[in-house]
Amino acid sequence: MSDGTDMQAPGPESPSPQGREPLTLINVREGLFGAKGDTSGYDGMVDRVQMPGASERPYGEWFDGVVDILSELLGDDADEAIEYVVVDRGELTLYIAREHLVAVAQHLRDDQDLRFEMCLGVSGVHYPADTGRELHAVYPMQSITHNRRLRVEVAVSDDDPHIPSLVAVYPMNNWHERETWDFFGIVFDGHPSLARIEMPDDWVGHPQRKDYPLGGIPVEYKGAEIPSPDERRQYR
Amino acid sequence: MSTQTAHATSAFVEDPDTPEYTVYGADWSEVVDEAKRLGQQRIVVNMGPQHPSTHGVLRVMLEIEGEYITEARAGIGYLHTGIEKNMEFRTWTQGVTFCTRMDYVASMSQELVYCLGIEKLLGITDDIPERASVLRVLMAELTRIGSHLVAVGTGGNELGATTIMTTAFVAREETFRVIEAITGLRTNNAYIRPGGVSQGLPEDGVAQIRAMIPKVKAKLDELMALQGKNPILQLRLKDVAELNLSACMALGITGPILRATGLPYDLRKTDPYCGYETYDFQVPTSTDQDAWARVMLRMEECYESLKIVEQCADRLEQLGDGPVMVADKKIAWPAQLALGPDGQGNSLDHIRHIMGESMEALIHHFKLVTEGFEVPAGQVYQAIEGPKGLLGVHLVSDGGTKPWRAHFRDPGFNNLQALGIMCEGGQMADVVVAIASIDMVLGGVDR
Repeated sequence: MSDGTDMQAPGPESPSPQGREPLTLINVREGLFGAKGDTSGYDGMVDRVQMPGASERPYGEWFDGVVDILSELLGDDADEAIEYVVVDRGELTLYIAREHLVAVAQHLRDDQDLRFEMCLGVSGVHYPADTGRELHAVYPMQSITHNRRLRVEVAVSDDDPHIPSLVAVYPMNNWHERETWDFFGIVFDGHPSLARIEMPDDWVGHPQRKDYPLGGIPVEYKGAEIPSPDERRQYR
Repeated sequence: MSTQTAHATSAFVEDPDTPEYTVYGADWSEVVDEAKRLGQQRIVVNMGPQHPSTHGVLRVMLEIEGEYITEARAGIGYLHTGIEKNMEFRTWTQGVTFCTRMDYVASMSQELVYCLGIEKLLGITDDIPERASVLRVLMAELTRIGSHLVAVGTGGNELGATTIMTTAFVAREETFRVIEAITGLRTNNAYIRPGGVSQGLPEDGVAQIRAMIPKVKAKLDELMALQGKNPILQLRLKDVAELNLSACMALGITGPILRATGLPYDLRKTDPYCGYETYDFQVPTSTDQDAWARVMLRMEECYESLKIVEQCADRLEQLGDGPVMVADKKIAWPAQLALGPDGQGNSLDHIRHIMGESMEALIHHFKLVTEGFEVPAGQVYQAIEGPKGLLGVHLVSDGGTKPWRAHFRDPGFNNLQALGIMCEGGQMADVVVAIASIDMVLGGVDR
């Protein structure tokens, strides 16, 4: 995956009214094996892999209620704040615009009918093919009171990787945000001390981005040379 | 930079005027005298990363005034091995062998949460054979006992009570014997696989489990007798490293630390997986919210886990022989290894079948093992109750045979954030108690 620049999308297929691509484009795969010029004849295959799409109401279970309460609390900002609602595999995902993230988190934590007391950290995901929304921050929220879990997802672009910090609302996210900064280069504005946490302080680059090579050396085994894992011939 | 003073949270100070003390062994009094002579009010002490009581390679920066801690900060990352990144370059099944090495004291918890996550992505959660689920519960509970015993044992050892450690480790060894007989390995087992487990019970498996239970129980009783009324241990642990419920909520603390504040939050009860709702066990709690309460809770949880192990043995006996993998041949890795005379596991029947009987079976085997299986695009979050707290995994699939992203929320990583609030205002010697009561493993923290 070292050639992140090769994964540019051929262009949005169906832009939504807001000019946004409706779904996260996870990856664009070409060919069958990753190797060019193989004899299978499948070289020209282009496979655009996308996340499951935005869901229609009713969402089912307790999901409608939570979205309704959140919309009510957000008032006029609701349409702008909640980009999409996705229900997939029994899990609720709210795509939130970053400008409204702190307000959404505050409501999720404080409203008695929502009461998501815990944010289980933030997981960064890099989608180089999702032009303009390359970096995603995924916040799983856990309500102990109501025994529910949902996911808040914020997407930003590579050029402007800023997301407001949630440490003021969820102090537990302190280290998690540092980790996501360290590995993905997402800048959490307002974090009390956004220093690297896992990598050395003077490290250059953000290692878990897709354009950052895994590294490794070829290994000799019984006379044959085995390339490092990211250089091996791969399926898809 | 010259205006800065040495401060635990500030950047590195390159100031020739700031005195630097290097201390080896027992010349503390000289350092204190020197500091007094220079009129220094504050001393920053670096503890670790190679300190025997930091459960791995944890670095703690302590700002002290006399014997008291005014500021404590943890520095981690010394054991970062890029497991999550590596998993993106291996098949879903191979990922098990990576994530098992995160928190190496509770290997199979990570395997379990990872495989449950994959199964949710595949939509085969309900297709897992009951036998496999029971074996998973059995392994999760044996792992929990092992992890708690290490926590309690090393915690005691760090205070000078070596017998607590040796007793705990003997008990843990008993669980390892059973784990080894079933999985083939003591730790880093790679036993739980997407779709089931790698092999069923050996012939005398149930008998071995039943024989183990009283041995572990006896050792637990011994540990309780050793600790329960021990005045020295109580003086060291009681009212030390306190953390109340609101602090736990603010810092996202789960596991025994949270339950020691009185909240019976246990995912095995609130969000059951692998059929935990059908097992009979209690969630012990306490309201003392100190290091002592956490030790006692871990001990009680070991007894509860043994109860579950006993129920697993009953169920396994009842279920008898049968599949421990999903029926879908596109997912089920060849399983049912048999232990050879050389101590290595091998599946001779399977090899005979693919090498001697069926060309198609050989092709299928080759495709499944080298290419793996495709997982439909999407993302899931799966959480289980690990020994140390809420263990979560966030998995993203791009529809291929490898994870697009695998992120683990190690409970130790999150809980270690509480070190500052537990230590500040307390005594230097209690830092060791606080670290032991958090019970993190740096392999899991740094991943």
